[in-house]
Amino acid sequence: MINLFRSNTFFPHHVQHRPDAPLLEVSDLSVRYDSTLVLDNISFQLETGQRAAVIGPNGAGKTTLFKVIAGVLPYTSGRVNIYGHKPGGHICIAYLPQRSQVDWRFPVNVSDVVMMGRIGKLGVGRVPGKKDWLYVRQCLKEVGMAELAGRQISELSGGQQQRMFIARALAQEAELFLMDEPFTGLDVTSQEDILHIMDGLRQRGVTVFASTHDLHLASEKFERVMLLNRYMIGYGKPGQVFNRENLIEAFGGHIRLIPSGAETLAVGDSCCEDENI
Amino acid sequence: MNYLQDLLLQPLQYPFMQRGMIAAVLVGVVCAVVGAYVVLRGMAFFGDALAHAILPGVAVGYLVGGGARGPLFWWALATSVFAALGIGALIRTAKMREDTAIGIVFAGMFALGIALISTVRNYTADLAHFLFGDVLAVSTSDLWLIGAFGGAILLIVIFFYKEFLLLSFDPLLAATLRLPAHLLDYLLYILIALTVVVSLQTVGVALMVAMLVTPAATAHMLTRRLPVMMLLAAILASFAGVIGLYLSYYISVASGAAIVLTSTLFFIIGWSAKAINQAITRRKAI
Repeated sequence: MINLFRSNTFFPHHVQHRPDAPLLEVSDLSVRYDSTLVLDNISFQLETGQRAAVIGPNGAGKTTLFKVIAGVLPYTSGRVNIYGHKPGGHICIAYLPQRSQVDWRFPVNVSDVVMMGRIGKLGVGRVPGKKDWLYVRQCLKEVGMAELAGRQISELSGGQQQRMFIARALAQEAELFLMDEPFTGLDVTSQEDILHIMDGLRQRGVTVFASTHDLHLASEKFERVMLLNRYMIGYGKPGQVFNRENLIEAFGGHIRLIPSGAETLAVGDSCCEDENI
Repeated sequence: MNYLQDLLLQPLQYPFMQRGMIAAVLVGVVCAVVGAYVVLRGMAFFGDALAHAILPGVAVGYLVGGGARGPLFWWALATSVFAALGIGALIRTAKMREDTAIGIVFAGMFALGIALISTVRNYTADLAHFLFGDVLAVSTSDLWLIGAFGGAILLIVIFFYKEFLLLSFDPLLAATLRLPAHLLDYLLYILIALTVVVSLQTVGVALMVAMLVTPAATAHMLTRRLPVMMLLAAILASFAGVIGLYLSYYISVASGAAIVLTSTLFFIIGWSAKAINQAITRRKAI
């Protein structure tokens, strides 16, 4: 019985990576829910180790895009390839949820949550052993959370919550981190901590694709940015993408552009508009 | 001292009380452990609906068997699993709010059950039996059934512990780890269905949801990790079962109601203790 569960009859076969293919390749992607177009005509590529941000108003489809890339939402047309294969077969993709989407009163502590990342490797019916807990501890150490391993999750600060999810993605041994609003609601110090951890991730060859509302942070700290509002307005280096026309197209009237010397300062506020999809 | 001893031992000289105690504790433990997931996943209404949806199956069994009680368990079992899978599929596919879909099935099935039972002449007595259970009428063979199914349920919960935990906390991670999430969801639905059937005789249809929810909710309030929560819920449920039966014996109230009321009292005590504790820590902080 145990063998039955360990073999591929119960858990599906995971795909092998094609070494010549790019980490992430999306072309002409469209997603439709009940005749509503949620994402339209998205095309871009991410190389291993790159750090990219997706920016757009609420309801722009950022979370949908992440879920499609993670292979947990079906798409209507186009192509999504991760190392040359469709996303559904990969276990190398981590989705780090928005903190507001998590039930923080759930009876688990920090290392319980990080151990969840190991479940794919463990197999059904196996209890985590000493080696697995050591692995979890190592992941927590890398995000500076080792001393908080036994902490109940409701007692964490926002920055600690975010770092716990990064540790879980490390425990998963994921190569692509899809981070949904990792900076929202964090103070500057916690944001710096996360960015510092991201630098470490790059050295490990981990690719980060994060959504954010913060144009400044995206243009300063990310090498690729995408402007999204149902369709892709621009993708590339921040200097090329964040121009006046693109920003107005993305945010409409919800953004104010303030000329400041040679630069244009964008003051965006999309957090409070009711545009839920 | 002797008086207390008498008070505790006197009811136990009756075999029906002994069997009732064993049944109440077994059922309490199984309900509490499965109920932990019911509470954490917000499935109380699902559990309640499932219990009520069994009624038509039991009624058909009752009518077909001419009132024989033996086959009723199996009728209840089949109906319960069928209803669990049906409601599960409905939740997934119906384009309406989950609680609306459950409400429709729940009321429809329950009405069908009442309609069927009302075709029997002296139906009020029989209906009351199904609605409120009768733990003191549990036979030895019932106990074996409860033990076997309850044991199987607990073993499955332990075997799939990691998976159920993950699925309840973060279904999206379960999906990205390519776990068979739908299969595991349906397995949990079936486990809840089996739990409901096993417990039917103790508290009946109407109070079932309390067995699933109340001890687990009390334990959730007071603990910080799932295994501890399950253990505390099981202990609370066992005590509620035993104390409830003593109450039922000495002040002649319906056994199911006495068990549930004891459980509710535990919840109130736990809630008050926590509120007082929080008030004290807040005062210390100021």
